[in-house]
Amino acid sequence: MNYHWNWGIYLEQIKGGDETYLDWLITGFGWTVAVSLSAWVIALTLGIAVGVLRTAPSKVVVAISTAWVELFRNIPLLVQMFLWFFVVPELLPREWGLWVKQDMPAKEFMTATICLGFFTSSRVAEQVRAGIQSITHGQRMAGLAMGFTLPQTYRYILLPTALRMVIPPLTSEFMNVFKNSSVAFAIGVMELTFQARQMQEDSEQGIETFLAVTVLYFVCAFTANRVMAVIEKRAQIPGNIAGQH
Amino acid sequence: MSEMPEAMIKINNVSKWYGDFKVLTDCTTSVAKGEVIVVCGPSGSGKSTLIKCVNGLEAFQQGDITVKGISVGDPKTNLPKLRAHVGMVFQHFELFPHMTITDNLSIAQIKVLGRSKDEAHAKTMKLLDRVGLKAHAHKHPGQLSGGQQQRVAIARALCMDPICMLFDEPTSALDPEMVNEVLDVMVQLAKEGMTMMCVTHEMGFARKVSNRVIFMDNGNIVEDATKDDFFGTPRSERAQQFLSKILSH
Repeated sequence: MNYHWNWGIYLEQIKGGDETYLDWLITGFGWTVAVSLSAWVIALTLGIAVGVLRTAPSKVVVAISTAWVELFRNIPLLVQMFLWFFVVPELLPREWGLWVKQDMPAKEFMTATICLGFFTSSRVAEQVRAGIQSITHGQRMAGLAMGFTLPQTYRYILLPTALRMVIPPLTSEFMNVFKNSSVAFAIGVMELTFQARQMQEDSEQGIETFLAVTVLYFVCAFTANRVMAVIEKRAQIPGNIAGQH
Repeated sequence: MSEMPEAMIKINNVSKWYGDFKVLTDCTTSVAKGEVIVVCGPSGSGKSTLIKCVNGLEAFQQGDITVKGISVGDPKTNLPKLRAHVGMVFQHFELFPHMTITDNLSIAQIKVLGRSKDEAHAKTMKLLDRVGLKAHAHKHPGQLSGGQQQRVAIARALCMDPICMLFDEPTSALDPEMVNEVLDVMVQLAKEGMTMMCVTHEMGFARKVSNRVIFMDNGNIVEDATKDDFFGTPRSERAQQFLSKILSH
């Protein structure tokens, strides 16, 4: 192999600038974390709401929430990025579209976050729905029999149990958010993958570049995993597996 | 018999279908204030369905049910408000697994009845003491035995100061040695004058405290008799068969 190793490359200055390659990687890491965490907040909020609605007594509500899930999980994420970036602004009323294209602050970041958040929400919704449906019908009846309204029954009885049960699959989704955020480079978010490509082209040190990026993604996903493990442990119910009799 | 002046629960010509299948056929009976009614019958006879119609957990398509004069089937009725005052105990306890015993008893007092935390806590402790489980207040349901869980479930219902209590096979899911601790609580309750409608196969309980026994078969109320009549000379052959089977072991 005729590869010229250069482990000092991270601290070298970029061509024609006074930043180092490490600065690029740190910037990229920051955007990756920012996109992922913001998208996760959207995904959890919308996902829980849509997951609940999928178990609602109204057929219309179930149909709409099912349509939401199917829309966002049947289109490739990369295509969704392009749709949000190039197509959606054209479909908006003219004024709004112009604002999105010209004046919206952090346009790429906003678009990528919304796209990734909506995409992940459909997956979270499915987990939440499965969690709610795995709870025995008796729990719902017990809540209603105590005088709780249906929304109160969800709030105080069904969701706390369901969410505990779906922490393991939600852990995977949380990790996926970090990994999927790499797709945001396609619309120009200067996140980790974007910076990696830039660094590789600029420095011609592909192995060192992608090794660093690999480690940084691993750190993100692994941290997400550990955070969820702590939450899972703290949410454990003494003497019980959630929802079991 | 069924037309008592002070009826707490009135069930009038109630029929219910699941699709084409008729699970209840023209059921009519009533429970007077302070009366204890036992509903028995083979599985699939509709007794659990009937008792769940009383607080509107199951909908019915024909007839009407009133609890203290309030129509359960009327769409204008505020069902949550009605249910808050009708205690219900389930076969599988249905305690809320993620809450401590204390929270299981307090949450509806606070969120549904609007009691203060202190007021709810005092009531909770009083009722836990009454069912002999004060020492377990801090535990979660999964840490208690079946009998203890069912006693907690009864206490949870009593915390709401119910005007009547519905029991849906409260001892069927229990190990045999735990049945009595639950029945003791129910007997005590009956003696204090609580209006009770109990779906159960515990004929000892029926003999001891019930005023009337209702026997159901195939969605019909086949027999609705005083305790003495029912155990002495049941009129229907189906009830006689049932009794001979259930009492022979």
